[in-house]
Amino acid sequence: MTAALRFDPIRLPEKCEQLRKEVRAFLAEEIAAGTFDPHSPNREDNDAPEFSRRVGAKGWLGMTWPKKYGGQERSFLERYVVTEEMRVANAPTRRFFVADRQSGPVLLKYAPEHIKMDILPRICRGEVCFAIGMSEPNSGSDLFAAKTRATKTDGGYLINGTKIWTSSAHIADYMIAIFRTSPPTKENRRHGLTQFLVKMKQPGIQVNPIGQITGQFEFNEVVFTDYFVPDDHVLGEIDGAWKQATSELAYERSGPERFLETYYVLTELVRAVGKNPDTRSAEGIGRLVAQVHTMRRMSVSVAGMLQAGKEPVVEASIVKDIGTVWEQQLPHRVRDLAAFVEETATNRETLEKQLDFAIKTAPKLTIQGGTTEVLRGIIARGLGLR
Amino acid sequence: MAESENIVAETAEKIFADLADAQTINHDKQGAWKAPLWQALTEAGLPLSWVPDDLGGSGASLAEGFSVLNVAGRHAIAVPLAETMLAGWLLTQARIASPEGEMTVVPAGPKDRITLNSDGSLSGRARGVPFAKDAKHFAVLASGNGSNSIALVDAAKCRTESGTGLGGDHSDTVTLDKVPPITIKPAPKNFDQTALMLMGGVVRSLQIAGALEAMLDISVRYSNERVAFEKKISRFQAVQHNLARLAGESAAALAAATSAADTIVSATSLDNDAVFLEAASAKIRCSEAAEKGGGIAHQVHGAIGFTIEHILHRYSLRALAWRDDFGSESHWAVELGKLVANRGADELWPLVASR
Repeated sequence: MTAALRFDPIRLPEKCEQLRKEVRAFLAEEIAAGTFDPHSPNREDNDAPEFSRRVGAKGWLGMTWPKKYGGQERSFLERYVVTEEMRVANAPTRRFFVADRQSGPVLLKYAPEHIKMDILPRICRGEVCFAIGMSEPNSGSDLFAAKTRATKTDGGYLINGTKIWTSSAHIADYMIAIFRTSPPTKENRRHGLTQFLVKMKQPGIQVNPIGQITGQFEFNEVVFTDYFVPDDHVLGEIDGAWKQATSELAYERSGPERFLETYYVLTELVRAVGKNPDTRSAEGIGRLVAQVHTMRRMSVSVAGMLQAGKEPVVEASIVKDIGTVWEQQLPHRVRDLAAFVEETATNRETLEKQLDFAIKTAPKLTIQGGTTEVLRGIIARGLGLR
Repeated sequence: MAESENIVAETAEKIFADLADAQTINHDKQGAWKAPLWQALTEAGLPLSWVPDDLGGSGASLAEGFSVLNVAGRHAIAVPLAETMLAGWLLTQARIASPEGEMTVVPAGPKDRITLNSDGSLSGRARGVPFAKDAKHFAVLASGNGSNSIALVDAAKCRTESGTGLGGDHSDTVTLDKVPPITIKPAPKNFDQTALMLMGGVVRSLQIAGALEAMLDISVRYSNERVAFEKKISRFQAVQHNLARLAGESAAALAAATSAADTIVSATSLDNDAVFLEAASAKIRCSEAAEKGGGIAHQVHGAIGFTIEHILHRYSLRALAWRDDFGSESHWAVELGKLVANRGADELWPLVASR
C-alpha cells in the first residue's frame, strides 16, 4: 500500500470523564453567573479576563506542561476534554486559547530558562494573552515570503515591517512572530527566517484593527518601527524557523476546534424540530450527526497517537481538511432544514441569529491556520505525489 | 490492533494475495478462482470465525473477525465470506450450530420481515439478500407472537429469484412459504432486527473502508505512472488535491468503521444508544465516502478505469453496492435523526462526547 493511514479507535481514558464533569459543572456555574451566554457564539465583546483567571485557577491551562512551569503534567487527552467542552459551550476562550495550544509549547521548546520561568506560569494562571505573527500583506499561505526584517543591533534586533490578519493582537501581551534575519538562499528559499518572542504594548508597535465580515474586529494589522527585541527573545535557531514550524502543526490542526466552530447551529436545529421530526428533518439531522461523530473519532484518534509519541502529520492535516470543510458547510445544511421548522418553535429567533453569524463566519474556517489548498498539498506529499 | 488480530488478518491477507488477485479474477470469465479460494478460506476457519468451537466454528474473537472483513474489503472479495461470518454470528446468538458451506442472512434489509407461523414454519419475503443463490443455508431472524426467533434454514427449501447488485454479485429475492426450519430457537432478550441490521451495517462499513483504501492505493499508483501533457499526472495540483480528498474520504470511512467495530467488541448488548450512534454513523459516513471517494478514483483513472478490463470497478462498484445492504445510509440517517431528536437538543453533545 502506498499510504497506510492510521485512525485507531482510541477512547478517552476513564479519568477524562471525571474531568469532563468538573468542566461542565464549572461552565454551568459561569453561565449561571452571567459570564457568557452559551447561545451566543459571537464573543467579540467578551474578552473575559476574569474568566481566564478562573480557568487557570482550575489548573486547565498549560495542563500538559511540567509542574515547575505551572503545568499539571496531565495528558493531551485530558486537555482535549477541556478544549471540546469549552468550545461546545461557546465559552470565551480567546484570551488564553492561543497561548495554551501553541505559544506555550513553542516557549517550552525554544525559550531560555528564565523566560520560561517568567511567562509559562502566567499563561497557566490565565493572565497573559498571545498572538501569532505569521502572515504579512504579501505573505499569507506562502509563509517563507515574509519580509518583515529583524536587523542585528547591539544586544538584540531592530524590527521593521508589518504583520497582518493577526488575531487578538489588540489585546495580546505577547506575540510569537517570524522575522527575516537573512535573505533566502538559492538552494533553500525557506532559509533566513527566525522565530522571536515579542512583547506587545510597547513603543515601536502599532496595532490597527481590521473589521471582518462578521462585524467583529478580531484581527489586526501590526506595524513594527525600529522595535527592539533583546537577544534572549530569539526562539530557536537563527535563520532556521522553517525547521521548527512543522512538528507542532499536528497539534494545531487536529483539535476539536477544527470541526466544532459552528456546531451550535446543529444543537439549536435539534431543539427547533422537537421530539418528533418529519422524515426530511430526521434524515438531515442524522447525516449531520454521523459526520460530527466521525470527525470527533478521527480527531480523538490523532490526539491519542500524539499522546503515544507518534507523529501523525498527514492524519492531522486530513482532520483539519475535512473538519473545516464540514463545519463550513454545516450552517448551510442547517439552514436547508430550518426552512421547514414550525413558526411556533420557541427558539426560532435564536436559531436564525446563530445561522446568520455562522454563515458569515463560515468562509474563514478553511483559511485560518492553514488553507485547504496548503493542507491538501501536505496530504499529497504524504501520499507520495510530490 | 492486538497481536491475535494481526495473525488472523495476516492469514486472510495471504490467502487473498495468493488466490484472489484482482487482475486474475477480472480476466477469469469462468469463475475458476472461486472454488480454490473458498476452500482455502474454509481450511483456515475464516467463514465461521465468529462461531465458537463447540458450535462448529473456529472461535475467533469479534475483533479478529472484524479485522478480516476490513482486509476482505481491501480485496473486494466476491465470495460470501462476510455473509457466512454474519450468518454464523447470528446462529451463535441462539446457540445454534453452524453447518459447513456458504451461508447468508435473511432478511438483509430493515423493511423486510420473516414471520414465524403458529405451526413452527417460516414465511415471508426478503429482497436484496447478498449471495443467496450461492448459499446452502440461510440464518434467518423471524418474528412472531411478539418475540424474535433465530433459525437455520435449508436454502433449497426456499424460492430464490436471482438478482445482481451494482458490484455484479448475487443480490437475490428469497421467499419463504411455510418453510420448516432445520433448527429454530428463541433470540436472546433485546435481540431484534435492528441489532442484526446494525451488525450487518458495521460489516459492510468495514468492507467499504477497505475498498476505499484499495482505491486510494491504486489511484495514487496510477497517477504516478500515467503521463499526460508531458508529465506524470500526479504532478498536477488539481489531481493532487483530488487524491488528497480521496485520502480524506478513505480516512473518514476507516475511522468510522473501526470505531463502530470497536464499540461492538466491547458492548455487552447491541441495544443501546452508543452502539446505535456508532453503527449508524459508520454506515452513513462510509456510504457517503463510497460515492465521493469512488468518484475521485474514477476521475483520476480517466477512460481506462471505466473499462471492464481494468480492476477499478471491482472496488468502486462493490463499495457502492454495499451501501444498500442492511439498511441504506438514508434509512440509518432517518433513524439516527429520530433518536437524536427524541433524546433532545441538550443530550446530543453528551452522546457524541461519550464516545
